[in-house]
Amino acid sequence: MHELSLAGGIVRVVEDAAAREGFTRVAQLRLEAGALAGVDTRALRFALEASLPGTCLEGAEVLIDEPPGTAWCLRCAHAVPITTRLDPCPDCGGHQLQPTGGTELRVLDLVVHD
Amino acid sequence: MCVVCGCAAPGPVQHQHPHQHAHTASGDLHYGTGAARVSVPGMSQARAIKLEADVLGANNAIAAQNRAHFMSHHVSAYNLVSSPGSGKTTLLCATIEALKQRAPGLPVAVIEGDQQTTHDADRIRATGAPAIQVNTGKGCHLDAPMVADAFAHLHHHAHHDHEPSLLFIENVGNLVCPAMWDLGERAKVAVLSVTEGEDKPLKYPDLFAAASLMVLNKTDLLPHLDFDVAQCIDYARRVNPGIEVLLVSAKTGVGMDAWLDWLLQA
Repeated sequence: MHELSLAGGIVRVVEDAAAREGFTRVAQLRLEAGALAGVDTRALRFALEASLPGTCLEGAEVLIDEPPGTAWCLRCAHAVPITTRLDPCPDCGGHQLQPTGGTELRVLDLVVHD
Repeated sequence: MCVVCGCAAPGPVQHQHPHQHAHTASGDLHYGTGAARVSVPGMSQARAIKLEADVLGANNAIAAQNRAHFMSHHVSAYNLVSSPGSGKTTLLCATIEALKQRAPGLPVAVIEGDQQTTHDADRIRATGAPAIQVNTGKGCHLDAPMVADAFAHLHHHAHHDHEPSLLFIENVGNLVCPAMWDLGERAKVAVLSVTEGEDKPLKYPDLFAAASLMVLNKTDLLPHLDFDVAQCIDYARRVNPGIEVLLVSAKTGVGMDAWLDWLLQA
C-alpha cells in the first residue's frame, strides 16, 4: 500500500506550489502514472480520497493520465510498445527489453483558485 | 528550466524565486489568464499551473544528498530488498562474520527496517557491528529521510572518514513497495530464498527490475525442493536483462566468497 505514501507526496508537491504561487484551493489536479510506474491507479485514487480532506486539494477533481509503456529492444535495436515489464518484444519475441517510457509518476498541472 | 522566468533551476518543485512573478515573463499583470479569460470583481478566477513535478521528487532529492554523503565518506551502501523470511538478516550476520576474516578492519554498519521490534538490529549488534533499527510503524518501506536520520545516528564523522566502509540497509520485508524508493544506495540487492518459488521475479517484476543483483539464498535446501534455479534466473532476466545472480547459502557458507567479491568490488 505504498500508494498512501505517494498520495502524501502528491499533497506535498501541491502544497509547496500553493505556498509559492499563492493559491488556496485546487479545482482540478492532473497526474501522470505510467503503465510501468509501479502504481495501482485505483489504489492511488483511494489513497488520495483519504489524503485530500483538510488540504487545499479538498474537493478537487483528480484526473490520472496513464501513458503506455515503451521499451528499447536490445536485439531489434528499436523502440517497441509494452504493457507490463513481463511482455516480450512484439517483433522478435525476446525479453532483452529496457523500459524507456511509461515509468513516470508526476503531478502534471493544476487548475487553482486564489 | 522554469517556464515562467526562463532561469536554469532544475525543477519547479525545488524552485524558489525571491521575486513574485505575476504570471507573465515581463511581470505585467494579466487578468485574463483564468479559465474564463475575463476577470469579474468579487469572483475569484481559476487559473492553470503547470508543475510537471515528480511525485517522489522530495524523496529523490534527499536520496541524492544521501548518495553524496556516502561518497564523501567512502561508504558503499547496499539496499537489501526481499519478502519477509528470505534470510536477509541471517545473510547479513554471516556476511559480517565472513568479512572479519576476509577484510579485517573494514567497518561495517547496518540500518535495519521493520514495522516493529528491534529483533533484527539486536541480531546484528550481537556480531559486534553497529546497527540501528528503524521502525516504520504502519509504513511498508524505508524512505530516504529515514535513512538520512539513521545514518546520522550511526556515523560518527570523526572516524573512518578516509577509509572505505560498508553500509547495509535492510529494507522492510516486502516485494512491492521498496522498489520505488531510492535511498541513496549504490545498488539494490534482491534476496530471494529458494523456498519461495522460482516465479517470484515474474510476480513482483518492479522489485527485480530495480535490483542490480539477485541473491538466491538458502541453496542448502535445494536437494529437498523442486526449485528450478535456471528457470528462476531466466524469469529474473526477463524483467531485468542486466541483473547479476549469485547462489548463496548463508547457513553453510557456500557461495559466500562470490558474494563478498561482489560487495568489495571497486
